[in-house]
Amino acid sequence: MVESTAAKAPATNRIGLTQADYKGSPSTLCDGCGHDAITSQIIKAAYELALEPHKVAKLSGIGCSSKTPAYFLSRSHGFNAVHGRMPSIATGASAANKELTLMAVSGDGDTASIGLGQFCHLVRRNVPMVYIVENNGVYGLTKGQFSATADIGTKSKGGEVNEFPPIDLCGLALELGCGFVARSFAGDPKQLVALLKSALSHNGTAILDVISPCVTFNNHESSTKSYKRAKETEMPLHEIGYIPFYEQIAADYEPGSTIDVKMHDGSHIVLKKLHQDYDPTDRFQAMTTIYKANQDKQFLTGLLYIDEKKTSLTEMLHTVDKPLASLTQTELRPGKEALNEIMTSLM
Amino acid sequence: MTSLATESEKALDKSRIVNDFSIHVATINGSGSQSSNNVLMRSIFQMGIPVSGKNLFPSNIAGLPTWFTIRVNKNGYIARKKEVDILVAMNPQTAFEDVKSLPAGAVCVSPVELKLDAVRSDVHHYQVPFTELAAQATDQIKLRKLLTNMIYVGVVGELINLDFKEVEIAIARQFDGKQKAIDLNITAVNKGREWAKENIKKADPYAVERLNLTKGKIIIDGNAAAAIGCVFAGVSVVTWYPITPSSSLAESLEEYLEQYRKDKDGKATFAVIQAEDELAAIGMALGAGWAGTRSMTTTSGPGISLMSEFVGLGYFAEIPAVIFDVQRVGPSTGMPTRTAQADLFSAYQLSHGDTKHIVLLPGSVEECYSMAMAAFDLTERFQTPVFVLSDLDIGMNNWMSDPFPYPTKDLDRGKVLNAEQLNKLGEFARYKDVDGDGIPYRTLPGTNSPIAAYFTRGSGHNEKAQYTERPDDYENLMNRLNKKYDTARKYVPKPEITIEKDAKIGLIAFGSSDPAILESRDQLKVANITTSYFRLKALPFTDDLRKFVESHDRIYVVEQNRDAQLRELITMELPEYATKLKSVLHYDGLPIDARFITDAIMAEER
Repeated sequence: MVESTAAKAPATNRIGLTQADYKGSPSTLCDGCGHDAITSQIIKAAYELALEPHKVAKLSGIGCSSKTPAYFLSRSHGFNAVHGRMPSIATGASAANKELTLMAVSGDGDTASIGLGQFCHLVRRNVPMVYIVENNGVYGLTKGQFSATADIGTKSKGGEVNEFPPIDLCGLALELGCGFVARSFAGDPKQLVALLKSALSHNGTAILDVISPCVTFNNHESSTKSYKRAKETEMPLHEIGYIPFYEQIAADYEPGSTIDVKMHDGSHIVLKKLHQDYDPTDRFQAMTTIYKANQDKQFLTGLLYIDEKKTSLTEMLHTVDKPLASLTQTELRPGKEALNEIMTSLM
Repeated sequence: MTSLATESEKALDKSRIVNDFSIHVATINGSGSQSSNNVLMRSIFQMGIPVSGKNLFPSNIAGLPTWFTIRVNKNGYIARKKEVDILVAMNPQTAFEDVKSLPAGAVCVSPVELKLDAVRSDVHHYQVPFTELAAQATDQIKLRKLLTNMIYVGVVGELINLDFKEVEIAIARQFDGKQKAIDLNITAVNKGREWAKENIKKADPYAVERLNLTKGKIIIDGNAAAAIGCVFAGVSVVTWYPITPSSSLAESLEEYLEQYRKDKDGKATFAVIQAEDELAAIGMALGAGWAGTRSMTTTSGPGISLMSEFVGLGYFAEIPAVIFDVQRVGPSTGMPTRTAQADLFSAYQLSHGDTKHIVLLPGSVEECYSMAMAAFDLTERFQTPVFVLSDLDIGMNNWMSDPFPYPTKDLDRGKVLNAEQLNKLGEFARYKDVDGDGIPYRTLPGTNSPIAAYFTRGSGHNEKAQYTERPDDYENLMNRLNKKYDTARKYVPKPEITIEKDAKIGLIAFGSSDPAILESRDQLKVANITTSYFRLKALPFTDDLRKFVESHDRIYVVEQNRDAQLRELITMELPEYATKLKSVLHYDGLPIDARFITDAIMAEER
């Protein structure tokens, strides 16, 4: 073995940061947790997109999934909020500083049970942010209770049968008018990283429902959200490619074999057809596809729906160009004459 | 027309009661009487006579009884007066009860068909053919009900010798330049006035005479006053969920913001978001405070309950946000439109774990304005949620006030480090007590420095905001938060203290009880009971409290709740003086009145 005297400099991205610069503290989740696989793809996506870490704010609620923002982007501010109510923190932060890229991680308990109301209203308001649901069908941190996304008839580790129907968060997001709805799998890194980058280019709430097996409480034979089951049944709608705004579209595709979606920031999503024709800009088709997949017990993944024309909360608020958080006294406090005018009107 | 019509004019003249009486208008809610009552009140105000107006209304849109009380008082007493001097009994549902509760010698103006003179013979009845007069005022049947209210303004105006020029000005103001409405309402007032002139032989003693005591004063409700304070405090993110009696704070705030907080291109320096519930409202306010804006929410008791969890996180994670609690009586069914001061406990210690909060207690509309500004300075200085507790009486009723002064103090944005400062320092620990006052430094998301970021979470963090479950880390955190709270004692608004020489009795009160206390102290003085007065303006207590309690033999803590919440908090602060503290408690949903306080203290002191 020859010892190299000068270690090879690690690769850097457009802004001169290494992939390690996007890491966080070491994960404290169970070995093999789907959430850690997602964390890795978040790091990869942020690195490859060359996000400026200080412009990112990481948000989460409570649960195993909501711990993960500590494990990526340590140079970004993070907020581990209260159970199910991260969406309101995100809405306030977005209103305060519209220049922030909001990256939120939640779980199926945090989103589909305690946080269902805030989830719905976040989507309704179209707060610009990426909202990842790390969906494993159980409450991990409180040791394996069913969540509201557990499939009907599924068995817990202890043999208990779930008798309640699941909430499909993608179907619900579509119903609420979400402009970016995608489903993926923690065990499909290639698709996940492309969807994450696409979501980061979207102007509005981007919902990513990612099946993320819980190795401790929901990875057994009868689980519908285990690695084995997901791997066996995953059916991607298309092969997804992401071309950032600063790169040219290089590959040649056979005409009619791809759909090209131009994103708000100039990037492109290229969807290569697999087994069926699927147009992710067709809301009705998306709805039917989700219902049908649920009925046929299929695990469909990919970009289910996209609408780049929706108005986001930022636009609706019509605030000044600078972030509200950067305004100073001169901009915030009206002059004496304004108070005099008000007082005179009350005399 | 009157049972006492035989009294001679001369005797009447001698017993005239000028500029010191109350008018109580009983109507059905949704009948449009609010405009008429405002016109009546404003006309008196414009004659230079101190006046206050209180709306006692049901939790309903139309069909239930509502009362509006106008107090006219030359001495400037503006608390509610318990006794009714002039009743305008327009509501058949309550008319019998209303007239029965009048003191002897009072006035009752009522529709002739109610035949109220049969109920009481010891009051002055003026029975008015309202239906007939309304028909004369307009041929539009739909408008008659509304105009009936203006007719009683004409009748009462004539009775008390109101200057009708002022009524016309008040109407023009009320209907904001809409000439058709102005003309129609003036016609209706004149119908009442002319009828009264021709048909009433005045036998009661009540009258107004022009004074010069309201010149340059304003009339405003506490919610609008707080809203103006927020505008000049530079609030940037407002999140709220509708709840009586706080909704009008958010609504008038939005109006003022629209008018005064847009740049030259019409873009806003603020964002107002109506949330899906109070849980989201406080979450958004905290999210915005965390990200660096001045943020607030406004609510009432039930909303405070819902905000409990988030406020705890705000306390432990040290995030600024201002919470206005316009207090009312408890749960939503029955009494939500009645006033109380019963959220003191819940606001002070809201949430899980060991928490205690800064609570501001405005006692006038002017203080709703100034304390709104103080609250934003305090919340950013101390990086913790700050409560402003007004109540329905102060928040929704009309109060006379001096115009509000323009703020002389700059905004205090607290300890926030920017990129340049961070790079100079070379290190940053979010929760470290650098200055020894318990207040750490914070950074905002978006700060372009590699050391700016930190991870915000609840109780499990050390000085560097790293995750910890170490006992010493938690203890250190709790002790520093305590130190921070002690520092706040030097920053919160100081109490207003009036020491009377040789007074053995001290009164302690807060908030909307103030006008009634001031009047009661004068009443007590007449009975040779001298009192000192300590009006609390904020929690935590300042050192002044101990001095005041020490220097008086007996302390009456006057408050509008059942459980003596302030007295209990004082007992916790000064346990050694617990036996000195007595309570005067008013909790029937109506604003406290001076006579109630005076009677309670006299009963103890005699």
